[in-house]
Amino acid sequence: MTRAQRISALKAAARERVLVLDGSWGVMIQRRGLAEADFRGERFAAHNGQMKGNNDILCLTRPDVIAELHDQYFAAGADISETNTFSATTIAQEDYGLDEQAVWDINLEGAKLARAAADRWTAQEPHKPRFVAGSIGPLNKMLSMSSDVNDPGARGVTFDQVYEAYRQQARALHQGGVDLFLIETITDTLNCKAAIKAILDLEDEGLEPLPMWISGTIVDRSGRTLSGQTAEAFWNSVRHAKPFAVGFNCALGGELMRPFIAELSRVADTLVAAYPNAGLPNAMGQYDEQPHETAHFIEEWARSGLVNIVGGCCGTTPEHIRHVAEGVAGVTPRAIPERPRAMRLAGLEPFELVA
Amino acid sequence: MRPTFINVGERTNVTGSAKFRKLIVEGDYPAALSVARQQVEAGATILDVNMDEGLLDGPKAMTTFLNLMAAEPDIARVPVMIDSSKWEVIEAGLKCVQGKPIVNSISLKAGETEFREQAVKCLRYGAAVVVMAFDEAGQADTAARKIEICTRAYRILVDEVGFPPEDIIFDPNIFAVATGIEEHDNYAVDFIEATRAIKATLPFARVSGGVSNVSFSFRGNEPVRRAIHSVFLYHAIQAGMDMGIVNAGDLPVYDDIDPVLREAVEDVILNRPPRTNVSNTERLVELAPTYKGDKGAARVVDLSWREQPVGKRIEHALVHGITDWIEADTEEARLQSERPLHVIEGPLMDGMNVVGDLFGSGKMFLPQVVKSARVMKQAVAYLEPFMEAEKAGQPRRQAGRILMATVKGDVHDIGKNIVGVVLQCNNYEVIDLGVMVPADRILDAAVEHRVDMVGLSGLITPSLDEMVFVASEMERRGFDIPLLIGGATTSRTHTAVKVEPRYSRGSTTYVIDASRAVGVVSGLLSPTDKTRNEQATREEYVRIREQFARGRETKARATLAAARANRFRPTDAAPPPRPSFLGVRAFDGWDLKDLANHIDWTPFFASWELIGRFPHILEDEIVGEAARDLYRDARAMLERIVGEKWFTARGVVGFWPANARDDDIVVWADEARTTELARLHGLRQQMDKANGKPNLCLSDFVAENGDDWIGGFAVTAGHGERKRAEAFKAAGDDYSAILTTALADRLAEAFAERLHKEVRRTLWGYAPDEATTVEDLIGENYRGIRPAPGYPAQPDHTEKTTLFRLLQAEANAGIQLTEGFAMTPTAAVSGLYFGHPESHYFGVGKIDRDQVEDYARRKGWDVATAERWLSPILNYDPMKRAAA
Repeated sequence: MTRAQRISALKAAARERVLVLDGSWGVMIQRRGLAEADFRGERFAAHNGQMKGNNDILCLTRPDVIAELHDQYFAAGADISETNTFSATTIAQEDYGLDEQAVWDINLEGAKLARAAADRWTAQEPHKPRFVAGSIGPLNKMLSMSSDVNDPGARGVTFDQVYEAYRQQARALHQGGVDLFLIETITDTLNCKAAIKAILDLEDEGLEPLPMWISGTIVDRSGRTLSGQTAEAFWNSVRHAKPFAVGFNCALGGELMRPFIAELSRVADTLVAAYPNAGLPNAMGQYDEQPHETAHFIEEWARSGLVNIVGGCCGTTPEHIRHVAEGVAGVTPRAIPERPRAMRLAGLEPFELVA
Repeated sequence: MRPTFINVGERTNVTGSAKFRKLIVEGDYPAALSVARQQVEAGATILDVNMDEGLLDGPKAMTTFLNLMAAEPDIARVPVMIDSSKWEVIEAGLKCVQGKPIVNSISLKAGETEFREQAVKCLRYGAAVVVMAFDEAGQADTAARKIEICTRAYRILVDEVGFPPEDIIFDPNIFAVATGIEEHDNYAVDFIEATRAIKATLPFARVSGGVSNVSFSFRGNEPVRRAIHSVFLYHAIQAGMDMGIVNAGDLPVYDDIDPVLREAVEDVILNRPPRTNVSNTERLVELAPTYKGDKGAARVVDLSWREQPVGKRIEHALVHGITDWIEADTEEARLQSERPLHVIEGPLMDGMNVVGDLFGSGKMFLPQVVKSARVMKQAVAYLEPFMEAEKAGQPRRQAGRILMATVKGDVHDIGKNIVGVVLQCNNYEVIDLGVMVPADRILDAAVEHRVDMVGLSGLITPSLDEMVFVASEMERRGFDIPLLIGGATTSRTHTAVKVEPRYSRGSTTYVIDASRAVGVVSGLLSPTDKTRNEQATREEYVRIREQFARGRETKARATLAAARANRFRPTDAAPPPRPSFLGVRAFDGWDLKDLANHIDWTPFFASWELIGRFPHILEDEIVGEAARDLYRDARAMLERIVGEKWFTARGVVGFWPANARDDDIVVWADEARTTELARLHGLRQQMDKANGKPNLCLSDFVAENGDDWIGGFAVTAGHGERKRAEAFKAAGDDYSAILTTALADRLAEAFAERLHKEVRRTLWGYAPDEATTVEDLIGENYRGIRPAPGYPAQPDHTEKTTLFRLLQAEANAGIQLTEGFAMTPTAAVSGLYFGHPESHYFGVGKIDRDQVEDYARRKGWDVATAERWLSPILNYDPMKRAAA
């Protein structure tokens, strides 16, 4: 299939059923108990500083581990698997001292690994094509939050720098063959808007347009993103991307995430996606929620018509995804609501001027 | 329908505010930020930020200010209008805002290429855009030119760039009139005509403008300028103007402008033919000096009280709730006093004592007292920095410290807030823990703050149990301070029978309403009378318990079997028609204006303890004046609620096939009536019925067999209410906070009425020809009922769970249930719809053990659980049975 055919297959599948994304990567990689040498491989054997913990580098140094994880999630029933490129921007990789070329290669190879795995599964099961989402994660530097406690106006990074970092990541993922972009775990909507602008500008310059999936993070019960927006304000702020899907992931488990997904489901006139953590972490920072428990929440969302795409974030495993996939199988996906045309603006809170 | 108008705050604009310009040029950003904060607190829904000043590095100033604003949640909550004539300043601004802003502005001034480029960038950054009526040939002055340029811009944006039309705002240029130059005379008319044409021919586009330009030739004469703005806006808004950069707080109401001035202004604005041989402009110029300095509007205000000494002025301000001069007066009093504290203990408390006396003698009423409190708070807030500066300052002497809370599971707080304000007015310190406060938090806070007294409030029946629990916890933890009980479902009897016996170490007192609160509290804190008062209450409660026990013994009840045999049998067996749809339908963003027209005002006045039917209450000899003032303030706020969309009204309606099964109603998933979707449980009257009256249960209104239906609904007007109320409260304005909450409640009730009408006429459609007035709605002169779980016809609050599940009320209307089955947002109404022509409201009354046991079986509860939830209506004492 060409990419255009895959994209239209993805859109068709989303009309027919609730689609399933894969689960967490961190936990699964951790379980492999890889050593510093695995992370470094040959290419970075002489690199200064620790590389262990930089999961994204495994796309280059242990591609077998990454390919196997894609396989496990596809085998569990995921329709979409994410590239292992969550932190693969020049800004986030500064911590590990990686240069532009290495970051480019992570994205390119990460996309190719996922592409190959998805294509294998699609060939085996043509009735259920598999898709690759290019993971574009948050940065450790935010555009809406101060970098200096004594100066609320200070910023550790500029819009243009964030824009450039995301632009490079998007280009590499695109070249590596992803089917859609997944801007995820958004803690600061302005960072996300820089990524959106980078992608839209690339399209203006002639790059084949790919669907965009925008996934914010509500940090606690207050229902706000880390940068302070409510669910509806967040949607108003990113709607200009005309995203294929919008949703939330991370920070909360299914139980606590529900009201915010319900809110988004009400206001978003596009597909709604949600992939919560496996509950809240215990005192040891580990996730105890069992696969059937996670699936129980998610199935209820699907049956209540709140979601179109589901999956798992921190602490979820292929077993969780298997339960989720079984839970939502055969459930009618959420119908996209038609909202009256209105000027909808946002600060931290939404503003609507109705006709 | 009258259009809604958005005021864009203009004070954070260096070209519009000399003060702001000075702050920015001098680099005093903290003070500049407080200007922004004041704007938002004053109700600005969008902030215009403009840094176009020759001395400034525009992009840098824009970036600095917007980044600082982002760190202030109470400012950053509203969208920004990034205002500049320079694109590089606009783009710098776009790189700083995470929300969706408005760009002000772009235009065809430098040709289509640049216009298109900038529009695409706005689209990529995610912004709405103001387009000036400006093209290569210059700024449009005539209506025809304005329309031509705006139409051309619209076509490029919508057809070529793909800009969403709803995100386009046109600014067709407001120019000064009455300049003495004849060509300028028609400028206001040109704007108004262009506005009308744009709104008619360019779908979804909006119109905005900088209003102050129009009166430029009268600078120096603010009253006349304000009158011009008001008249201009009146006509421009009629023509479709949606928003404007204007200091709306200053504008006189169109109808309030002196008729002579208004006519002269109107002649100028509308460019009417001159009435005499003097031109309209000359006439206004001649007239203008007479209005200078008179605050513009024709408000005849007697300011003679301003001539009095400062103490009297403070008293007047407190009694009349006037905040305009209170800071200046407080400052004057401070300069005359030895210590700032003496201002509070002297003139301010003297004034509040006058308020207290007038209130006590029935010459002032609650709404007025709450306004007095607003003045008091402002004065105290003004003095606080001085008191803090006074290192040796002793704390202010308070009459006592009272902790107040709405108990766990309950969210209602209007009454509690009013009591809090009244107590504060009387020099008590009030620690208000808010709503849904669990017992341990209440008691921990009581210990921490060493309070003199605890006051509990609640509105729904499950709160009664929670209060009993708090009382027993006070006993267990060894408290001995007085406990006060208040709130709509509480009663002297409940307090005496259920609460007081649980707390033997301290006293428990029921407070019937806010006007009694001060008397009760001072009686309980008085060193001389405390013991006597507590003893009197205790004795009274013993008597009430005895009466209650006697009353219980004498009330004979029918057995459940006998009551069922005497059920209601409809004379008209024909069921209502099939509803227009089955399943649920959500209604999002119902027009608040429509709801405002359906408000039942009588309960609104009752919530302020002003009793009487609306509208007669406005003419009432005693409370009329207080009611009129309150009504005027409520109307003004309602206008803002509607105009600025403070709240969102959301609701959901559902209909399902249904049949009665004894006292329950089976709700079917399908029209074949094979799969049970839910079961609604009912309670039946067990009082002894004379003269052939039936023992009613709600299920009697649904057919046992064949085609019949039931409906359900949940509505709220409260999305947005709490935030508003809290902002007012934080600003020391409890009056507006309580008003906000009370109006949200009324809008929710109005929504329930309005929707019920829609149900009767179309959605269910059993009364398609019904044509009733608002008065009929309030008088309930229509077919069908909408009883709510937790109210007399079905007093069990837990039934809401079933209703909410059927309606998916959380997803469809954003309404949730607390653990006590109160709804949040608080301004919400839910219930069932019965369409039978003979259905009517009734009260279940007290029920006996046989029904409780039967009900427990049907609900799948043990009997103790049923007794807990039904405790307000039990005809027996479950404790006695347990003991026996």
